[in-house]
Amino acid sequence: MSVQFPFSAIVGQDEMKLAILIAAVDPSVGGVLVFGDRGTGKSTAVRALAAMLPKMRAVTGCRYHCDPEAGGSACEDCRALKLAGKPVKSHLMPVPVVDLPLGATEDRVVGALDLERALSQGVKAYEPGLLARANRGFLYIDEVNLLEDHLVDLLIDVAASGENVVEREGLSVRHPARFVLVGSGNPEEGELRPQLLDRFGLSVEVKTPTDLPSRIEVVRRRDQFERDPAGFTEKWKKEDERVRRSIVKGKSHIAEVAVPDAALERAAQLCMALGTDGLRGELTLIRAARALAALQGAAAVGDEHLKRVAPPALRHRLRRNPLDDAGSTVRVDRAVAELFGA
Amino acid sequence: MTPAMPEASAPARLTEERWRCAHPALSIAALHAVSLFAVDPVGTGGVVIRALPGPARDGWLQCLNSLLPQGTPLRRVPLHINDERLLGGLDLAATLQAGRPVAQQGVLTLADGGIVLLAMAERLAPATAARLAAVLDTQEVALARDGLATRHATRFGVIALDEGLDDDERVAPALLDRLAFSIDLHPLIDGAGTGGEDQRALDQDLADTPIWTAADIASARALLPQVEVSEEIVSALVSTALALGVASLRAPLLALRVARASAALDGRVHVTDDDARLAAALVLAPRATQVPTPPTEPPPDDEDPPEPPQPEEAPDTPPEEPAEPPPQGDDESLQDEETPEPPPVGDLEDRVLDAAQAAIPAGLLAALMSGQDRRASAQASGRAGAVQQGQKRGRPSGARRGEPRAGARLNVIETLRAAAPWQKIRHAEVERARALDDAPPRARVAAKSSAVHPSRARVQVRRDDFHVTRFKQRSATTTLFVVDASGSSALNRLAEAKGAVELLLADCYVRRDQVAVLAFRGKGCELLLPPTRSLVRAKRSLAGLPGGGGTPLASGIDAAAALAASIARRGETPIVVLLTDGRGNVARDGSPGRARAGEDVQLAARQFRTASVRALLIDTSPQPQAAARQLAHEMGASYLPLPYAGATALSQAVALATKSVSTAPAASR
Repeated sequence: MSVQFPFSAIVGQDEMKLAILIAAVDPSVGGVLVFGDRGTGKSTAVRALAAMLPKMRAVTGCRYHCDPEAGGSACEDCRALKLAGKPVKSHLMPVPVVDLPLGATEDRVVGALDLERALSQGVKAYEPGLLARANRGFLYIDEVNLLEDHLVDLLIDVAASGENVVEREGLSVRHPARFVLVGSGNPEEGELRPQLLDRFGLSVEVKTPTDLPSRIEVVRRRDQFERDPAGFTEKWKKEDERVRRSIVKGKSHIAEVAVPDAALERAAQLCMALGTDGLRGELTLIRAARALAALQGAAAVGDEHLKRVAPPALRHRLRRNPLDDAGSTVRVDRAVAELFGA
Repeated sequence: MTPAMPEASAPARLTEERWRCAHPALSIAALHAVSLFAVDPVGTGGVVIRALPGPARDGWLQCLNSLLPQGTPLRRVPLHINDERLLGGLDLAATLQAGRPVAQQGVLTLADGGIVLLAMAERLAPATAARLAAVLDTQEVALARDGLATRHATRFGVIALDEGLDDDERVAPALLDRLAFSIDLHPLIDGAGTGGEDQRALDQDLADTPIWTAADIASARALLPQVEVSEEIVSALVSTALALGVASLRAPLLALRVARASAALDGRVHVTDDDARLAAALVLAPRATQVPTPPTEPPPDDEDPPEPPQPEEAPDTPPEEPAEPPPQGDDESLQDEETPEPPPVGDLEDRVLDAAQAAIPAGLLAALMSGQDRRASAQASGRAGAVQQGQKRGRPSGARRGEPRAGARLNVIETLRAAAPWQKIRHAEVERARALDDAPPRARVAAKSSAVHPSRARVQVRRDDFHVTRFKQRSATTTLFVVDASGSSALNRLAEAKGAVELLLADCYVRRDQVAVLAFRGKGCELLLPPTRSLVRAKRSLAGLPGGGGTPLASGIDAAAALAASIARRGETPIVVLLTDGRGNVARDGSPGRARAGEDVQLAARQFRTASVRALLIDTSPQPQAAARQLAHEMGASYLPLPYAGATALSQAVALATKSVSTAPAASR
């Protein structure tokens, strides 16, 4: 656990890696869902992300590591501090990537009474849970389809509102909980409820590579890593650094990326052609395309960006069509091909 | 491997004696697995032992025990272990006693450096399997329960005791994927049948297999980190896995580790071809989902990656899905780097492949052909009877906050656990309330209402603490048999299909399922038997089913979908088993004509699919048909060709109709 497999050393799985990078550049795309075969590096990619993210500035001493620049979205303490006009101290910290362990109980997820203090001193104090730790970062749920239903509901609710509310016997806490929900799972273990599916901005299908050379490469790299984690990570440091720079650049560049009307129209046409429900599809499509443009250093969103992000942004929002059940990826591809003229 | 060690030390001989007394014909694979697993329990992940409890299994475990270093922890995990015991949690008694949170470690943490033994692993809940898998992957127990958030590093090997008899009783795939070895001790129990020649050959092999001692294992462990593997071996293992249709990339990785362990056990620091062959036979062969195409295509270094998997993977991955371009791109770039390599690899590859192939029991080839589908269909029936949560009956599945209302049952332990941290605070409140007792009456009322009977209660439990038990229950399943009784089917294998249904009926009986039978022939489809629990009636209605006429396949599918929907409306879970050759020639309206019929079938299949009913298509045509496979895909059904008895067997079958019918499918089980 101490050393993670380097992100850039993951063979293939470009769509998954891209989706994760897009979410890192623009958290507002709203989460990534990775569904696919076993042993394709789903967890590896997400866990490797932590090392790739540029550090963020946070208020020193804040339990929810609020952004010192944040106004309304900061926690009560930070707002009070600001109102008092006191100088806010801040420090750099790594962006949290929080793993939601299987078997986690509700109290640890939302936060609960501080056990130690309650028992030893008889003091009612709130101890933040995983949602607080994940604020401004990523919350990763492996085997998302095995998560208990009541936890799923809770997560959806918090992810949508960006705020975690705890009300329990004299404890009344509300704190910001804005995070990118990253879920992974294997379709064999069960389908995901459509409501939860829709909450994820991007959905990626991963498959085991079937060509020999990349399979060999996967096994070889994994083996090298296990033999010598430090050495292997060192070897890939440069690559990882390159990716990190692109994230940093993308983050700073994204505000300047123009979204021309033509691109908006294209996105709308695409969603209409596919008959996606609601406007979330279009929004996600545009945001993801903009993040991709920012990653590539482009000045404006173009067709090529839309084309690339259309499958992950739309494939999980399609209605089932009895007359055309070719698989959602194929349907998106086909619609893209029709609209953009291949 | 070297021949038997010339001067085997006393304990070694003892082990061997005991070993061979207990089970003279224990398979070589089991013997190898025990020593290799002992060398690297963490790296190889573990062993799945498919056997009923008995001397063979006990012997194996005993042997393992004698090989492991003294004091290696061995933790048994019972089937319905809860998260608190598995992962750890708050120790309620100690916490209340000590007045501070006392954590209790879970079995997985305690097993660090040792072995976790899973009893009745085939019935392990997917959720438990997923927890185990997560711990195996990260090598730590991440705990976020009961107000505790801790991480404990833990490394262990898993032994899954699989007592399943049927194909649909298997260890959860998530776990299976992570355990290197899979040994089957079943045949040994009824092993009398293996007979003379095989027996002798086996004994010979056994004599050649070195028996190791704990000291050997210890030195192998010390040597393990230095063992080197050449690129050729890595490539050979990976391509063997591919040729055997093993999709997961964990398999070759595990094989690699097993090969390392084998080399270390032999006292070498280089993995040789022999090690690779052994690893392929032990790790890859049991996972094979297809029989590799005979080594007619030795130049595997071409660019065409059309390798075998496509046909076998089909049921899961739509065939028309384009191979994703990204890996393809990688493919080329990688090939550029590695052009000088392939020629020698091909050779080694073949040998490794041969070894793996030799480890596939010949009689099981047919079964392997459909291995993937089989597992998928097993999944279907295993999960069917869709789990209904929030019931008041069934198996307990944890607790959640809530009040014991509307028949929900209070979970006392969880309630106490929730109350535990508050005790000090509440007692303080009670004290304050008591102090108020001397105060004016109005205040007293207020105090009373906030803390009912502050009296002398040791543990103060309040409404907020209440936890109720959640239950899971499987709803009843109705299996719907849709039988193609048309002329083409009758000619081919209607009898066999009936036999197959009878076998499936036996399964339904075991699961207390309901059954219904639909048959289609001539112009339409008729309901032979509405859903019933009477399997005898089902059998009778099938036996009396005449064959002949056209194939109104579309009508059959429509009728199945309609009946499935009505079953689902009643709150039961339908499973559709469709037996057909997939070639309809009568359209929905009863008019003949292959083209119209084909279109109708496609439409019907797609409509069926949208209902997302679990379905299994059994192909009854003489040879597995692309049409039937395609149909299964369109319907979202698992595909299973009815194992073919072979030309001679079939001619005999005409005479011995019923008998061969029941044995032909049985052979594949």
